[in-house]
Amino acid sequence: MSNGSVLNTSALSIGYRRPRKPPVVIASDLNFSLRPGELVCLLGPNGAGKSTLMRTLARLQPSLSGQIWLDGRPLADLRPGQLARRLSIVLTERVDVGAMTGFGLVSLGRHPYTGWTGSLNEQDQRIVQWALQAVSAQDLANRLTVEMSDGERQKVFIARALAQQPSVMLLDEPTAFLDLPRRVEVMELLRQLAIENNQAILLSTHDLDLALRNADRLWLISSDGDLFDGAPEDLILNGAFERVFSAEGVSFDRERGSFHTRKDNCGRLLLHGDGVTAFWTRRALERIGYAVENDNENGNSSFYPARAASQAAALGSITVKLRENGAIYILDMAGRKDSFSSLNALTTYLRRAGAGGNADAKADQNLHTRR
Amino acid sequence: MNREKVSTPPSHFDMHAAFARDFLYAPGLLLAGLVILALAAFMLSLAVGSVRIPLRDIVAVLLGGDAAKPAWATIVLQFRLPKALTAMLAGAALSVSGLQMQTLFRNPLAGPFVLGISSGASLGVALTVLLAGVAVGLGGSTTLLAGISLAGDASLALSAILGSGLVLLLVMSVARRVQSGMTLLILGLMFGYTTSALVSVLIYFSVVERIQAYISWTFGSFGGVTWRQLQVMAPAILLGLAGGHLLMKPLNALLLGETYAQSLGLNVRRVRLGIIGSSAVLAGVVTAFCGPIGFLGIAVPHLCRSLLNTSDHRLLLPAVSLMGATLALGADIVAGLPGSQLTLPLNAVTALLGAPVVIWVILRQRNLRQAFAG
Repeated sequence: MSNGSVLNTSALSIGYRRPRKPPVVIASDLNFSLRPGELVCLLGPNGAGKSTLMRTLARLQPSLSGQIWLDGRPLADLRPGQLARRLSIVLTERVDVGAMTGFGLVSLGRHPYTGWTGSLNEQDQRIVQWALQAVSAQDLANRLTVEMSDGERQKVFIARALAQQPSVMLLDEPTAFLDLPRRVEVMELLRQLAIENNQAILLSTHDLDLALRNADRLWLISSDGDLFDGAPEDLILNGAFERVFSAEGVSFDRERGSFHTRKDNCGRLLLHGDGVTAFWTRRALERIGYAVENDNENGNSSFYPARAASQAAALGSITVKLRENGAIYILDMAGRKDSFSSLNALTTYLRRAGAGGNADAKADQNLHTRR
Repeated sequence: MNREKVSTPPSHFDMHAAFARDFLYAPGLLLAGLVILALAAFMLSLAVGSVRIPLRDIVAVLLGGDAAKPAWATIVLQFRLPKALTAMLAGAALSVSGLQMQTLFRNPLAGPFVLGISSGASLGVALTVLLAGVAVGLGGSTTLLAGISLAGDASLALSAILGSGLVLLLVMSVARRVQSGMTLLILGLMFGYTTSALVSVLIYFSVVERIQAYISWTFGSFGGVTWRQLQVMAPAILLGLAGGHLLMKPLNALLLGETYAQSLGLNVRRVRLGIIGSSAVLAGVVTAFCGPIGFLGIAVPHLCRSLLNTSDHRLLLPAVSLMGATLALGADIVAGLPGSQLTLPLNAVTALLGAPVVIWVILRQRNLRQAFAG
């Protein structure tokens, strides 16, 4: 409370109570805080308790033990209206509200402030307009929500949560039903809202890449109930990602900040070339199971400086050459050179070579685009 | 769905929607229109029937004067006026109750009777009518039979009130405990099935005359309510309607579902009790005095949502009350077969007239979601 946070917990334990049975504890001894103006992303495997934590913080379900403070007051002591003026939530579930305009939906966010009829006064109207503007959805004010796309609807629901003028906003997987451009848009919007309104925003997501790029802090919650709290980069460097997701059958690539399941079992290849083409060539080769080492002309093996010396063990090398009509990929392997005009041709060739040995691959040479 | 919408030219529905949206800026105008419609139906129901009475005479009688024929005054004051008032109250009550249930359970098929209220009333009536019948059958006394039919109307209403009241208490006590509305809906359905089963057992062991009396109660009627009964029915329904209108803000919040409603500062359990309480009083009182009148409660909310193109209860609640009153009067006028001595069962008329209208409305929307928050 004194450290400038709007929400913090001490020794919080979350889970479900069951009648006549011991409660199901999902995570316990949670101590964390949210500060105004920061965007925090909650990440973790399915079933680790992301939604339970969200629901507990929003008092939609009781905590098992421990304390939550909101604006310096125990969450349990706030009356429903007081809570709704301090904290708002956007849920994952898609809600159909029938024949209601964007403006009507956002104005529901004014409920904690309006009288018994729910009618808006001038100030309420201004705040609804402001909320629509803040998510750049002024054009949706008079559209019916049933006629909106998923992205538009999500924006209006975020505006509805904003209209509650909360100090903390919780969003449970706000990007779940959106296509990639809309995801990026929503995430950047939330980051901007946190800064502009000096609100604390906590969102849960499976979008690792977006979270790593946008969050001020990450909360990683593991299946056995541990919560790791830190800047995204901290959690990558200190191995928290590996610990949280190790049991999930995937490994975390610290260099690139992403998960992959495939093991590098086809051997190593050297890659000559740089720029975007070299980057995607590397990705293509890794996808089919090769470990790739950059071997740039200037001698700078940026990713694996230590391993650059062990070139002798590589199966061969690939050189990317840029021509005016596209790139050419030259494979130097087993004493012969083949050139390919697309990564598709290259990977198809390598997959056959890997699967059936070189003899089969040679027999199929005519199938490949060679020039 | 969206792509489909873009490629089709502006349809009748789109134009209607745009029109309705502009029109909503004058909701007072729209409600005034509905008031006029209800008044027109009210006057019409006083005028037509087995005898046609000119409007001038009706106004004279209502203002305390004399009609051209003395018999007309009696017909209007003793028969048609209480019947018309009953119809208006019942129509408004059932429609508001239906709207509340549809919003609370987020289910377009919900109506005033989903919680088993009418089944409770049916059981009460069946117990009175059919068990008495069993007693008569055993005793074989015709004088006893005659005695029961004389006591008929009042005891029927009383037993229906007891039956629906009992179910109401049961539902309320369950509603205080359960977490989700869906559980409650299923429990209500199960109450309904149980009571219907008990009623069929009673019917199975009953005598023909008694079964007929029971069946004719299930047809529903606005005509059996006397001035004396109206003194109980009217205040109860007006109270229920007032309670329903007081809940317009929580009902709007519930459009978002119970979780969002709670996050908006709503005490969901208390609001749910309030909604169920007022809704059950409305449905229970109507069923007690008029029998189980079907259809209006489900259809009128759909009609109003479609007509006004809104799900805002600040507008829907008064609109649904007025529309329900109007349609109940309309159904009663048709059931009376003006100009003849015959009458039709009220329930048959409400469904025969109402079902095509609702089908038309729903099909025109192409998408139920547009017609309803569900």
